Amino acid sequence: MKKQWYDYLWIVSLAYLILGFFNILFAWLGLLCFFIPLIIAVIGGNKAYCNRYCGRGQLLGLLGGRFGLSRKRDLPRWVRSKGFRYGFLIFFFIMFFQMLWNTYLVFAGVQNLRQMVTLLWTFRLPWHWAYHGGAVAPWAAQFAFGFYSVMLTSTLLGLITMVFFKPRSWCVYCPMGTMTQLICRVKHKKERLDYR
Amino acid sequence: MNLTRKKSRKAVVAQEDCVACGCCVKVCPTYSIRVKNGIAAEVDWDKCVGCGRCARECPASIIEIKEAEL
Repeated sequence: MKKQWYDYLWIVSLAYLILGFFNILFAWLGLLCFFIPLIIAVIGGNKAYCNRYCGRGQLLGLLGGRFGLSRKRDLPRWVRSKGFRYGFLIFFFIMFFQMLWNTYLVFAGVQNLRQMVTLLWTFRLPWHWAYHGGAVAPWAAQFAFGFYSVMLTSTLLGLITMVFFKPRSWCVYCPMGTMTQLICRVKHKKERLDYR
Repeated sequence: MNLTRKKSRKAVVAQEDCVACGCCVKVCPTYSIRVKNGIAAEVDWDKCVGCGRCARECPASIIEIKEAEL
């Protein structure tokens, strides 16, 4: 199978994580990983993002596959269940809105900018070296810290499940994957109903 | 006995549990799987040779290689 340009998008994912270590404002680019799959699902009605362009999936596949860092066992049945997948999506949404709320508090001047990255929604890590001040409004920096926390947390979860289970185990409970599949289901159900 | 029927090993997807990630599509040597409408993977049994690469790759472990009567 000939490699295509999009087979190298794992480099972009890796670069994203590295850039956020040096300048947190690069975290804003992560919004592309949110909007592109949604736009493809809403307009195209498919999961081409997951299937082809997801750099994170490729990175996990590469580390767990070619680099042999995965035990390649089956995920526990409960992780594969619809209940867990949709539950995790809701949890992720709640945490995402909490992050947006924190951004708003900084915007409104109620809260000061916290130059920290929160890992697994709990552990606060100092990250001040990645913020060089001044260039953007404090709320924009707060969003960057929050968004980078989301991306780093999901990468960490992906890496943990990659090691213990199959390389791309993250894909099973990835909130974006679950959401885009849901959009595709609704879209195609509607099309079928319209056709009738 | 009907001699025109033959048994063969084919990939079978439990579509209800499929997450449509497309990992199976990438590893299929005969290009016989596709993710239809972003909902679930679908196997073209005419092309599937039952090698099992998709089943090994599937992170949700919902593909099985079964004896199918064609």
